[in-house]
Amino acid sequence: MGRYLLRRLLQLVPVFIGTTFMIYWLVWSVPGDPFAGKCGERRCPDTYIAFMTEKYQLDQPVWVQYATYMKNLLQGDFGTKFSGQSINDIILTSYPNTLKLALVALGIEAVIGLGAGVLTGLRRNGFLDNLVLISTLFLIALPIFVIGFVTQWLFGVKWGIVTPTVSSEMRFSELILPGFVLGSVSMAYIARVARTSIAENRRGDYVRTAIAKGLPMRRVVGVHLLRNSLIPVVTLLGTDLGALMGGAIVTEGIFGINGIGRQVYRAILTKESATVVSIVVVLVLVYLLMNLLVDLLYAALDPRIRYE
Amino acid sequence: MRVSKRASAVALGAAFALIASGCSSGGNEGGEGGNSSDGAVTIHGVQPENPLVPANTTETGGGKIIDDLWTGLVEYPNNGGAPQNAVAESIETTDSKVFKIKIKENTKFHDGTVVKAKNFVDAWNWAAYSPNGAQNASFFADIDGFADVNKEDPDGPDGPQKAPEPTADKMSGLKVVDDWNFEVTLAAPTAVFPTKLGYSAFMPLPDAFFSQKAEDFGKKPIGNGPVKFVSWEDDVAIKLTRFDDYSLRDKMKVKDVTVKLYQDENAAYNDLLSGNLDFLESIPVSALAGDKWKSDLGDRAMNTTTPTTAFIAFPFYDKRFQNPKLRKAVSLAIDRQEISDKIFFGTRKPADSWANPLTPGAKPGNCTVCKFDAAQAKQLLTEAGGFQGEMVFYYNADSSHKEWMDAVAQQVKTNLGINARAEGMPTFAVFRAAVNAHKMKGPYRAAWQQDYPDVENWVNPLFVKGGSSNDGLYSNPEVDRLAKEASGAPSLEASHEKFAEAVALVDQDVPSLPIYFYGLQSGHSEKIKKMELNNVGEADITTIEL
Repeated sequence: MGRYLLRRLLQLVPVFIGTTFMIYWLVWSVPGDPFAGKCGERRCPDTYIAFMTEKYQLDQPVWVQYATYMKNLLQGDFGTKFSGQSINDIILTSYPNTLKLALVALGIEAVIGLGAGVLTGLRRNGFLDNLVLISTLFLIALPIFVIGFVTQWLFGVKWGIVTPTVSSEMRFSELILPGFVLGSVSMAYIARVARTSIAENRRGDYVRTAIAKGLPMRRVVGVHLLRNSLIPVVTLLGTDLGALMGGAIVTEGIFGINGIGRQVYRAILTKESATVVSIVVVLVLVYLLMNLLVDLLYAALDPRIRYE
Repeated sequence: MRVSKRASAVALGAAFALIASGCSSGGNEGGEGGNSSDGAVTIHGVQPENPLVPANTTETGGGKIIDDLWTGLVEYPNNGGAPQNAVAESIETTDSKVFKIKIKENTKFHDGTVVKAKNFVDAWNWAAYSPNGAQNASFFADIDGFADVNKEDPDGPDGPQKAPEPTADKMSGLKVVDDWNFEVTLAAPTAVFPTKLGYSAFMPLPDAFFSQKAEDFGKKPIGNGPVKFVSWEDDVAIKLTRFDDYSLRDKMKVKDVTVKLYQDENAAYNDLLSGNLDFLESIPVSALAGDKWKSDLGDRAMNTTTPTTAFIAFPFYDKRFQNPKLRKAVSLAIDRQEISDKIFFGTRKPADSWANPLTPGAKPGNCTVCKFDAAQAKQLLTEAGGFQGEMVFYYNADSSHKEWMDAVAQQVKTNLGINARAEGMPTFAVFRAAVNAHKMKGPYRAAWQQDYPDVENWVNPLFVKGGSSNDGLYSNPEVDRLAKEASGAPSLEASHEKFAEAVALVDQDVPSLPIYFYGLQSGHSEKIKKMELNNVGEADITTIEL
């Protein structure tokens, strides 16, 4: 187990360097000059461009810029934006917001998705099963911004149940609606995966044995059936946290949340490589660690899986 | 020009003072401004791109806050009229070259220090000094001695050579006489100079500015305007509060103003509808369609025109576009009224003059080729010898220009039989990079919002050789000569007359095509009983009454 963990952690290093360089290089090669559109319909004064170019070393080749960036990064300094804002501050304020939103979304999709999946998996072809099938199909088919705008208008403006946008305090009650919107599509997938998985394992030998042994039904489902059926669901949920954090651009925009989606989007438009890479670096770390965590969870869920 | 990045480049423009009509509902509620004095409002804003230093702000997000935090020597009245003295007691000149400026005594900065003549002179010298890299440095180019403090890079910013060190750090044309008087000597007579002084680049800076880094100051700015800075949480909100020692005309009626920083205007609009936001200066397109915003907001909807014009510019460096008859033909083939009605639901007005008619000194209706006349257009095209190949109209696709540019191309195609189409370039930055490098292969969209209210600002930057936004490289020596005479005229009246002559020549050359004048649709909450918009269409927060 220990050696496995060490090996996995060491694997993170080349993945980390590779992704950061690729992203840095990609943003750098986006066409357009960061100062071409900065002063509106007239050229920026040459003195301003010269000042900024020198300050941010934009005249250096990309690998020199990247090396400087990595050197500072290893010392815990993510750099500064063209506006002079420290990227460390941006990360510190925007990441917790996105994380909160993603966790609320994850919670909602786990509870509702898993609940619906287990119920329908146990009682297939009933009314409930059909209802869940149709409603999940509906959620998957709708683009997320449609769900976002419609629910925001209905709950926020028409009925006035919640405020349409989230305040800077990020209260839990305000996050339920955006969380639901963000998690809606994954929720539908989880319901479907859980349903299939439960339905399949329902016919498994060990379930039959457990029932034959005279165990109460609650224990059969809760301990034997559910634990074995959870593996695909956990895979989905684990990787989803990363996807939710990276994919929150639309939801954050609609609900006015100051998260990383919004920061990355703006930074790409203004060609701020350092900001994009810094935010994505943390995102890559989240992805890698979540993947590792999911793999370790397999062993906990299924005693047949062992890591050496 | 200040520019809104999201609306990409055309920023809000502005104009008329507009008195909101909320009074009809508020009259009998017994408020009568009584609850204004300690009231608080939340208005829409956009995260400023730079720290709030007046001479380094060219976009609307930060510009709006700077306009509230500072008061300049002159101010532009909300009704778009001629500028009036604000901090200045008097600005005197006999030859439009030497200006004697006297400021009002004992007005204060927010840190309690007194605004003195040297605060202006030092601020201007800082902005003009090239190693400081201020975005608005070129505004000081009129002043004698500018060339000594602002050195151009000999081979451009991309070249290997470094810009030479300036030979002086102060402009010789600025002289402090005493605490309340200073003298400005220009390199050449410029009648419009006093008008420029209301632009944010000319704001005074307190002594505290010079003892710290500009970025640090800009995070906690100290101005001399009706409100002072409280706090700024990036991407969330900027908080302002009434400056109680303010002694000039436009005192605040409410106490606290929160500028909530939005990314998405639809979110802001929903907040406005549900009462979480008190003022939104540009209603999103989704709500304009079918006049939804008017039924949503009722008498809280505000509609105004702004001194901003959309153009289509021609690249003069491309030989195919050098014949004025061809340019006239294209202009006459465009049905501006139809574009205004069908695409903008009447919120933008078809353009019929070169300078925006809301600007002092501008003549309305002086564009003779802005009408729609397909027959004459065809004839002119024949006289010009036709047009070979494809005519591509370019725009930046990251903002909503596709519809109207497609319409323009389609009209040119239908009415002139030219093989025309519109093509979007991915982002504003890519688009402007090509425009700045003079690499456009066809006519392209442009927009102009005045920096200060005078017709001069619509001629010199756009139609004079070397003008800051004459990117199409149009040049007519006669226009240059008249514009130069007009700029140096002893009085504004004489200057406006000369500019009219220059514009008459521009009208013959058709260097670009005015297409429409921008309008602005804004709205406020039920809480606000009365408010005005300033001359660029932003909320004049000092007029807000609850």
